[in-house]
Amino acid sequence: MTVSRRHFISLTGAAVVAWDYVLAGAPESSPNYQATDHWWAMLIDITKCIGCGNCVRACAEENHVPEGFFRTWIERYHVDDFHLEDPRVDSPNGGKDGFPPIPTSAGKDFFVPKLCNQCADSPCVQVCPVGATFVTRDGVVLVDEKYCLGCRYCVQACPYGCRFIDPERKTAQKCTLCYHRITKGLTTACCEACPTAARQLADLKNPKDPIHEFLKTHSVQVLKPQMATGAKVFYNGLDGSVR
Amino acid sequence: MKPLKDAEHLVRIAAVFLAGVLLFLGARALFVPKSFGQYGHYRADAVTEIAALPVVHAGHDTCEMCHVDVAELKHKGKHAGVNCEACHGPQARHADDPSSIKPALPDTAVLCARCHEESAAKPKAFPQVVTAEHSGGLPCKTCHTPHNPSIDSSLKPGDEK
Repeated sequence: MTVSRRHFISLTGAAVVAWDYVLAGAPESSPNYQATDHWWAMLIDITKCIGCGNCVRACAEENHVPEGFFRTWIERYHVDDFHLEDPRVDSPNGGKDGFPPIPTSAGKDFFVPKLCNQCADSPCVQVCPVGATFVTRDGVVLVDEKYCLGCRYCVQACPYGCRFIDPERKTAQKCTLCYHRITKGLTTACCEACPTAARQLADLKNPKDPIHEFLKTHSVQVLKPQMATGAKVFYNGLDGSVR
Repeated sequence: MKPLKDAEHLVRIAAVFLAGVLLFLGARALFVPKSFGQYGHYRADAVTEIAALPVVHAGHDTCEMCHVDVAELKHKGKHAGVNCEACHGPQARHADDPSSIKPALPDTAVLCARCHEESAAKPKAFPQVVTAEHSGGLPCKTCHTPHNPSIDSSLKPGDEK
């Protein structure tokens, strides 16, 4: 691309206008919400997931996720007998249109819904060179679309593959744990749409949240605990073959 | 011998250096958004901007404020735990303007199968059917009432409800 001096000077005007927009500040929202009173997480019960794809569709509509990209998706695992190292995984269109039925066969089959793990020590936050991605005071990893350069470091850094570059805006996008909903007292769109309550939003700072009893009484695991990311999406019934 | 006989050179360099530092500080004050660094190495206003995005799914509490009868029927049956928008889709626009925005009625032949079509990967205790054998493509509401899905004996194939 070649830019003439005249063109460059005319562009600086537009840049000043755009920067004013960044500096202008944010509209006021949810005045009663105290960020420091919450520490958000999610509980996923694999033993309840039926792979209907409601969460994927609800997420796409709630967050205007571009076609072919996913902030949450469902994977279907097939493990032959003891071959835990070598599962067969499929996720046609992220599970958005459901899964084609499969006949019962030897081994086991199950669904694993995935989304951003809202890590407390997130690799994506650590690699962002401009401070466009961060952990909020209530424990949600967000992307500042106006600050993101689209350099893709975070996309590579996420061990869970939860990020993508928006094809229109050319900035990083990911699950916000429906931050615009949970700060208004609603649950996330995926939890709202899940018919079997396989997904549940949880507030770890709320002592009355049922997650505390659940964590105490179930064998719960996070994905890739060896990465020490401080993941806050807890899976019940997670098979050893899940990556 | 005079010490620092060319001192004016040093003064000039110091002045240029000082001007550079001032220029940097000025530019920094101008370009860094005011809320940057308020809570950490990010723009605090971004949090409020994301929190202010419009909601698309109204939430079942909102639905049940008007549709009391349906909620009551649903809570008696096996679909008690299934939220309205799990089947009816996002309805915040309908909730904002109930008279002019009407939700489309879901086709039960497609809708019910999403959850209840038999698959080896589904939990064994979850009720599943092979729709082709079970109903031969008829809409499920021919026999079942979706909000309380026990068999309604008063319905006959072909009746609409």
